[in-house]
Amino acid sequence: MLSTVCAFIHAAIIQGIPLLYGATGEILTEKSGNLNLGIPGIMYVGGISGIIGGYLYEHSTANPVAALCILVPFLSCIIGSLLMAFIYSFLTITLRVNQNVTGLALTTFGIGVGNFFGGSLLSFFGETGSISLIQSGLCYKASLPFADKLGLFGTTFLSFGFLTYLASAIALVTSWVLNKTRVGLNLRAVGENPATADAAGINVTAYKYFSTLIGGAIAGLGGLYFVMDYTGGAWTNNGFGDRGWLAIAIVIFAIWKPNTAILSSFLFGGLYILCVYIPGLSSSAKELINMLPYVVTIVVLIIISMRKRRENQPPAHLGLSYFREER
Amino acid sequence: MKSHEKGTREPLFNIVKRSDIVWWKAWLIRTLAIVFALVVCALVIVVLTGYNPLQVYTAMFKGSFGSKRKTMVLLQNLAMLLCISLAVTPAFKMRFWNLGAEGQVLVGGLASAACMFYVKDGMSNAMLLVIMFVASIVAGIIWAVIPAVFKAKWGTNESLFTLMMNYVAIQLVSFFIMFWVPNGSSVMGIINQSTESGWIPNLFGQKYLFNIIVVAVLTAVMFIYLKYSKHGYEISVVGESENTARYIGINVKKVIIRTMMISGAICGLAGFLLVAGTNHTVSKNLAGGMGFTAIMVSWLAKFNPILMVITSFLIVFLQKGAGEIAMTFRLNESVSDILTGIIIFFIIGCEFFINYKINIHSKHKEG
Amino acid sequence: MESVAIELKNITKRFGTIVANSNVNLTVNHGEILSLLGENGSGKTTLMNMIAGIYYPDEGQIFIDGSEVVIRSPKDAFNYKIGMIHQHFKLVDVFTAAQNIVLGLKEDGKFNIKNANKKVEEISTKYGFDIDPNKKIYEMSVSEKQTVEIIKVLYRGADILILDEPTAVLTPQETQKLFAVLRRMRDDGKAIIIITHKLHEVLSLSDRVAVLRKGEHIGTVITAETNESDLTEMMVGKKINLNIDRSEPVNPQDRLVVRDVDCISRDGVKLLDNVSFTARSGEILGIAGIAGSGQRELLEAIAGLQHLNSGEIIYNNPKSGNSENLRDKTPMQIRDLGVRLSFVPEDRLGMGLVGNMDIVDNMMLRSYRKGNSMFLQRKEPKNLADDIIKQLEVVTPSANTPVRRLSGGNVQKVLVGREISASPTVLMAAYPVRGLDINSSYMIYNLLNQQKEKGVSVIFVGEDLDVLIELCDRIMVIGSGRVTGIVDGRTATKEEIGLLMTKTDSTDMHGGDQQ
Repeated sequence: MLSTVCAFIHAAIIQGIPLLYGATGEILTEKSGNLNLGIPGIMYVGGISGIIGGYLYEHSTANPVAALCILVPFLSCIIGSLLMAFIYSFLTITLRVNQNVTGLALTTFGIGVGNFFGGSLLSFFGETGSISLIQSGLCYKASLPFADKLGLFGTTFLSFGFLTYLASAIALVTSWVLNKTRVGLNLRAVGENPATADAAGINVTAYKYFSTLIGGAIAGLGGLYFVMDYTGGAWTNNGFGDRGWLAIAIVIFAIWKPNTAILSSFLFGGLYILCVYIPGLSSSAKELINMLPYVVTIVVLIIISMRKRRENQPPAHLGLSYFREER
Repeated sequence: MKSHEKGTREPLFNIVKRSDIVWWKAWLIRTLAIVFALVVCALVIVVLTGYNPLQVYTAMFKGSFGSKRKTMVLLQNLAMLLCISLAVTPAFKMRFWNLGAEGQVLVGGLASAACMFYVKDGMSNAMLLVIMFVASIVAGIIWAVIPAVFKAKWGTNESLFTLMMNYVAIQLVSFFIMFWVPNGSSVMGIINQSTESGWIPNLFGQKYLFNIIVVAVLTAVMFIYLKYSKHGYEISVVGESENTARYIGINVKKVIIRTMMISGAICGLAGFLLVAGTNHTVSKNLAGGMGFTAIMVSWLAKFNPILMVITSFLIVFLQKGAGEIAMTFRLNESVSDILTGIIIFFIIGCEFFINYKINIHSKHKEG
Repeated sequence: MESVAIELKNITKRFGTIVANSNVNLTVNHGEILSLLGENGSGKTTLMNMIAGIYYPDEGQIFIDGSEVVIRSPKDAFNYKIGMIHQHFKLVDVFTAAQNIVLGLKEDGKFNIKNANKKVEEISTKYGFDIDPNKKIYEMSVSEKQTVEIIKVLYRGADILILDEPTAVLTPQETQKLFAVLRRMRDDGKAIIIITHKLHEVLSLSDRVAVLRKGEHIGTVITAETNESDLTEMMVGKKINLNIDRSEPVNPQDRLVVRDVDCISRDGVKLLDNVSFTARSGEILGIAGIAGSGQRELLEAIAGLQHLNSGEIIYNNPKSGNSENLRDKTPMQIRDLGVRLSFVPEDRLGMGLVGNMDIVDNMMLRSYRKGNSMFLQRKEPKNLADDIIKQLEVVTPSANTPVRRLSGGNVQKVLVGREISASPTVLMAAYPVRGLDINSSYMIYNLLNQQKEKGVSVIFVGEDLDVLIELCDRIMVIGSGRVTGIVDGRTATKEEIGLLMTKTDSTDMHGGDQQ
């Protein structure tokens, strides 16, 4: 029984990590007042960029080095995600275009990019079959060598690849930056009331770009985790599924707090695979269980709107663009 | 004072909001944006494939109009995308961000499929179709009205709410498919394949003609509703300023709920047409992302139903064309999503140049 | 005289076709308080916004301490030690006072909100402010918020301070306190610019006065060498003699009887406190008071837009002779009772009209429900629009031009024209001439007078006491949500009304925020 629970927690964490990256990235973005619905697309691009980088590297050398197996996909993931976030930023911040439309278009575009390259990368190089980067996958999956020796605790909590710990670390750092630093204070002001921030001498445009780009890069890592650690270096079209939207749901569930997002992500990850761990469920009932994360999010959304606590509301200027000389 | 020296730099340009723009200038900017977009798309295709872009655009054209059947398929897709775009439009005009069309279409389709599944051939086809029609519309309304009620009453953020409702709907469809087809294949299969009950019959031998006609009529009706009806006027007033609406005695809550009911009903109708007229089955991909694409179609057309015919055509043409390129040049068909994305980026980006003007400062100022 | 702190040369700023400032020249010295005086819409705030980096001038130069500078953003302004306290406070609601004060600063050392709190308290004690640095802005009263704004500027070590209509929201006591602070800062050698249109404040506080009219700089005079009538003349261009024809009310009857009305805001503040009065047919009832004393809530309550906690609003229908209580009825219900109530709200484009709709569609706002058809009837509204354009001389390309593209005066003509066209029995107008030039203002006064002569009960909320005294038959004065007196317009003096405006403030000052 205990081992089942531990296996469940283990699996929940695995499922939660991509969500946590996405949620942390989106929180950082939304704190600047940008509702980036392109996050699901960015996560696809983050994943495929990692795959492309890894593929190019693994195919350029006979003996891939572990460090580069990690570094090359990591950097290409960051570059890909940043490019995506830049498209969003340029359109919504500089050109002040509607954020919802831009975000949705970005998601269409990103999923298209992911599936296109995922489906045709090999054919560009005259190969057939499906993408599988075993070397990189192994490097990303590598856990602490002594994890297995620490019994149940070790296998439950310590047997993950480094991206798992990085996700929580990034969430904690983001939380600290937002709440304890001058940069965080300024950023939150931009999302709450950009005119005030502007009058206080804060460069609103720079902050919006900064947080949207970094947020995009963080979210992209969620895609990288999925393709490298979760699937071990393989790509399947649409394999990432709707996890990007689930990440946006977590932003609401965690009421825009990155540290709360950590446990929320694991909870949602758990809900995502809960059906597997409940014995005797019919396959149809499993689908109902899978509905839970979304229903829970809706309930949270309703509760925060009914309670109207000022601290729990979305950033006041979320979804709106800012133009200083607006009359 | 420390920054005096560097302070004398003059900004290169500043951005001013336009108070007005001549209509032809606005359309010139939009046309230029599409031309630029097509050029960029061509470049992307050349980079990816190495083929001559003209060749590629010819292939795209073939994919859309290459045969009578292809043209009909194009028109059918156009009709469905347009239908969903019409559905979201009244809500958008009211500044209610209904991102839940996908889910509203799904539950509509699900309701139709349920009727087909349970009735089988227990009644006349016409009767069954009427029941399916009503059930779909009711289902769509329910799905749309839930977020509307919370928005009206507590101001619950509607874009996030409707977004989440999509996934609840997807799981609901998955549930019913598993429930109805317990063999684990999670595919519904064509319903009533042999009896064709609950199938919309062919009109003049054309399978999709019924759907196309329904949507054509709906487009005209929606145009008139928004522009010439009292409801349409109320929607505009609420969208522009809730304060004004209150001032002249419009019941804002009622308008929000009523408008979302219309939005949901049309989505439900789209679900009905997709299930009864096109697919004869239900799956979680029934709407196939059209619920999201429709948002862009509606927005690009400035919420004008007639212009939406053009914008949805543009998108469907791209998707069909890209599908054809993918086949001809053995590419992955996702290339259509990439092209759609690029075109939308350009068209929405150009709105900036319509709404704002950039003043470039000359180096030497007079005086 | 001290050295020049800031100098503006030939500053011009346009918004579209509107010229907000034209060739303005201005200097402010260290250790002086300069009043920037002008009517509404004369370009005072626009000019100051260019110093504060909110707008960028189209032409002209700015000099600080003698050298030319370019101020592209508020950040640049801070670097030149310029601080502006805007009329609409620029504060983040969910932040604490201290967080707002340190916002955007690049101080050396580790960021620590406790240090900031301490420094805020130091400044507070130095100037005698009473503020809790940990209090959230959304929990604060208006004057507390203003205090935060001032501390914010002081915290940044501003040398040049600009205050935009700082007294509009303050009680006289709070105003005196503020003036004392400003004088102390002047003695510190700071240059202070105060934007205002209140003459007595100009005279009691400032060293020099600069007057703007229609975006142009009319002149700068030394306060000690001028007086109210000279300043007024500079402000409006010619010695004004209002001379509005005021007829005697004919057969006045009680049209609207308001009794013991209370209105409490969501935060528990009494917006209306036991308000009672009667508005009669064939007369103009003026309402005077400091901005934000409950005028808006009162009119909105009568129009069915504001929930009341107690009291009643009785309407005597001249046709049927029935009396109806309008309290807590919706605008629709009020109309269904046959009450012909017209209302020109303060916020023209945000409430009275829809900016993006054309004149015809705006005409329909009141009448579109007429008839049983599902569809709109645009013919009548079109005729009405054409009529109004012709009769009220509205300057517009056509009746199909969106109203937001019209100038302020023309927007108001469209709104007032529509409201009058419904042949009301009660006409309420809140600040109907705000932002309008003299000609348009007169046209509005005449329209109100015509309505009065038709037997309409007109309620006019105004801010210019001269106008109220010339136009109104009776003037009700309110302060802090209470009626402090109702005087006869023919015999009342400005001093009398001014005294009444401040009367409640001294006897009944709820809050008492700044002891």
